[in-house]
Amino acid sequence: MFGFGLLSGLIFLPLVGAAFILLQRGDDEATRCNVRWAALITTLVTFALSLWAWHLYDPSSAAFQLVEERRWIGSGLIYKLGVDGMSMPFVLLTTFLMPFCIGASWVTIEHRLKEYMVAFLVLETLMIGVFCALDLVLFYVFFEGGLIPMFLIIGIWGGKRRIYASFKFFLYTLIGSLLMLLAIMAMYGVAGTTDITVLLKTNFPVSMQKYLWLAFFASFAVKMPMWPVHTWLPDAHVEAPTAGSVILAGILLKMGGYGFIRFSLPMFPDASQYFAPLVWTLSIIAIVYTSLVAMVQEDMKKLIAYSSVAHMGFVTMGLFSMNAQGVQGAVFQMVSHGFVSGALFLCVGVVYDRIHTRDIAAYGGLAQRMPLYALVFMVFTMANVGLPGTSGFVGEFLTLIGAFNANAWVAFFATSGVILSAAYALYLYRRVIFGVLEKPALVGINDLDAREIALFAPLLLLTIYYGVHPGPILDACAASVDQLLKGVDAALAVTKTAALALH
Amino acid sequence: MTPISFALAHSLPEVVLALGALLLLMLGVFRGRDGRDWIISECAIAVLGLAFLLLFSGAGPKVVVFDGAFVDDAFGRYMKGLALIGSIVTLLLSLDYMRREKIDLFEFPVLVLLATLGMLMLISAQSLLSLYLGLELMSLALYVIAAFHRDNVRASEAGLKYFALGALSSGMLLYGASLLYGFAGTASLEGIATAIQGKANIGVVFGLVFLLAGLSFKMSVVPFHMWTPDVYEGAPTPVTTFFASAAKMAAVAITVRVVMTAFPGVTDQWRQILVFVAILSMAVGAFAAIGQSNIKRLMAYSSIGHMGFALVGLAAGTEQGVQGVLVYMSIYLAMTLGTFAAILSMRIGDVYVEKISDLAGLARTNGPMALFLSAMMLSLAGIPPLAGFFAKWYVFNAAIQAHLYPLAVIGVLMSVVACFYYLRIVKVIYFDEPAPGFERASPAVTAVLVVTSLLVVFFSFWPGPLDVAAAAAAKSLF
Repeated sequence: MFGFGLLSGLIFLPLVGAAFILLQRGDDEATRCNVRWAALITTLVTFALSLWAWHLYDPSSAAFQLVEERRWIGSGLIYKLGVDGMSMPFVLLTTFLMPFCIGASWVTIEHRLKEYMVAFLVLETLMIGVFCALDLVLFYVFFEGGLIPMFLIIGIWGGKRRIYASFKFFLYTLIGSLLMLLAIMAMYGVAGTTDITVLLKTNFPVSMQKYLWLAFFASFAVKMPMWPVHTWLPDAHVEAPTAGSVILAGILLKMGGYGFIRFSLPMFPDASQYFAPLVWTLSIIAIVYTSLVAMVQEDMKKLIAYSSVAHMGFVTMGLFSMNAQGVQGAVFQMVSHGFVSGALFLCVGVVYDRIHTRDIAAYGGLAQRMPLYALVFMVFTMANVGLPGTSGFVGEFLTLIGAFNANAWVAFFATSGVILSAAYALYLYRRVIFGVLEKPALVGINDLDAREIALFAPLLLLTIYYGVHPGPILDACAASVDQLLKGVDAALAVTKTAALALH
Repeated sequence: MTPISFALAHSLPEVVLALGALLLLMLGVFRGRDGRDWIISECAIAVLGLAFLLLFSGAGPKVVVFDGAFVDDAFGRYMKGLALIGSIVTLLLSLDYMRREKIDLFEFPVLVLLATLGMLMLISAQSLLSLYLGLELMSLALYVIAAFHRDNVRASEAGLKYFALGALSSGMLLYGASLLYGFAGTASLEGIATAIQGKANIGVVFGLVFLLAGLSFKMSVVPFHMWTPDVYEGAPTPVTTFFASAAKMAAVAITVRVVMTAFPGVTDQWRQILVFVAILSMAVGAFAAIGQSNIKRLMAYSSIGHMGFALVGLAAGTEQGVQGVLVYMSIYLAMTLGTFAAILSMRIGDVYVEKISDLAGLARTNGPMALFLSAMMLSLAGIPPLAGFFAKWYVFNAAIQAHLYPLAVIGVLMSVVACFYYLRIVKVIYFDEPAPGFERASPAVTAVLVVTSLLVVFFSFWPGPLDVAAAAAAKSLF
């Protein structure tokens, strides 16, 4: 349409919904109802459109598909979009999770509903853009632009320390990203363009790769987040409204992993190999240390936030094992963590909406009044632990295999994290769900209502479906991962020959 | 020897401004009416608009007239266009303000016209003498309008400070110019380049340093920035707008022209000065603004920081760098004018307020203005997809391509610090409990705010024309 392709439609559709909502006048119940439905319909149509894109997408090819290109700025910067096996799953994850965010905010957001929905829709546009962009500067624009709506979401609709959390989130992420921006400029200087498809074929000098890798690492490690730059995440999660936490854990964190897999590994293979031990070390620390920290948390959201850091540790470990199992496992782990952590934050949201506290000590014995909730929470807790049969298992298992092939010690330490994650997750579950229902506030608590069941059912089904049948996601990215690793191996071989020739 | 008509044809905008200013002055004096501005401002806007149109009627290759004193080239036309836009918008914004503050005297538009004439001459200066003439014409008019609210103590103080420090800087500039003349034997910028042949002896270096010091005053970059916060805060807000927009354009333009035309072979000599000045400006702009509670003072520090960023592009010393400066100044112009339009909308009853805390909860009392002002702040902070990001992209990219890595790294770190205080304003607007709402702003002010906001927000959709125009303008200097 108008010379733009399907992906442009996917990116700009939420903006159309946002514009429609902005034009609504008044704040009476009828308008609020319109706003909610408009937001939900927009996200659902966007999801349907992304399914159409998936239908057109050919998973057996490693090439970029649905590509569109137009002039943008000067000679080097272009407006270029496209998806391959590494970005398609994330586009789907984004469009899939958005309706849940709108649904989770259906009744809980009381003031400034219009701005809230607009912020979410703009955020959706920017997130889809991140995964579709095939121009490095375009990618950066989307990547960084997402900070603005998220800053507002945390700052306006957040909890008590929302202002501290929103500033910390914004400035932490910004400082890393700006270093990446300088690296992008340096790459532009070498290649004369910021077209990602060209940059993927450009060989950057090894000495330069190390600096570029570090600059990109500064950005993605903060976004991921990796230990020790993860401290913004617990604050942001705790203060953000439920839907904000879902998006944060479900998608924004994945941008870091996506960045590693799209840029760091294929563009700087030598530096990636050089720095792999560093990444492994940080990953192991993240897995073990943050799991231990999670165990002593008193706040449910903070606990899940720390567990997210630990799970992202598996992702970075898998990615930098630089073999098929590790990388595919990392992609799978990211998608699966998207559902599971999103669902866990929704679970916290359910009880928070009723009692208005996230203090674990304020709960206990919920199983007696809320059997359905107990069931749902259990499935997602198990998925978080990585129980076989849930999607959480597949990702962890594959990344561990990948790590084992690369370095057995890494796998050894990381596996201890699996045990620790079982410990904190089950400990949380026991304190909240089991025990005697004796708190006065909990006596009259109600089980899930129809809206909440509708929210959880699809997530629950997918968690189990992908747990027993992980094929679709793995196949979708297999060809692209294969090509990525071939490219990396070829580049490493060239460097090795060159090094030998010098001796 | 070129005929005078040829020379005048190439300085038509300046001629129109000069005649217009004199005519309007006569009109104001002889019309009586207690010296009130009657339709003089409107006429002045028309004159500036005419000059703007004439500017682009004479598009062509570089022409030097008036015995090598005045140059008409694409770079000059580009920067003159920006300066004229700044002047026009200043007058638009001043209409309502001056009337309410009861300082709507006819001298104001005339002085703005004269200052603009000075700016255009400055931008086109091709010798040290015409440079000084343009600079002084501009500055003298600016000193007067800084203190235009003469019954107001702060405005008088601002005018006096600006005058004292400005005179000092003119002295330094003249000293530098005389040294350069002494060592190069010519006052022509191109002549200096030929005379020093890429080898700078100590006299030339001293001259260069003093010349740049004088220009730094006008650009208000560290360490010659001390006047900026006081003058910005004390002067009437439309005058501050004028200082922050048009005057900055002229000062940056002549700095670019001087170093590129007169000192192309001794890049290392002036680059170290610019790097030093840029880093200090970015740092002072970032750290000193954090504690401010008056938004005009905050914008003063913000402008210091932004001049530092613009100089990052100039320090690269390449065509790409000059293009970066041009793009940066264009986008900065839109952001500044928009922000000051928003500041001029901050009126409770008949009183213009300037505290940041007066903006509290603006999102709930005036949603559209909150959105526009926040867009301006985030754009000033350089957050994509707003225009300010692309401005930074151009200058930092030029610096990286010129291998000025430490400068670029320090620059982006400073922009994170600066981001904090811009975000603080967004926070006050969106997160805090509402303060009393503002009165409805005048149509002209609203129009400026809306147009600049749309430019800033939607720049990323259509950046091509600016890129092409700036590239062509930059090319004409090399």
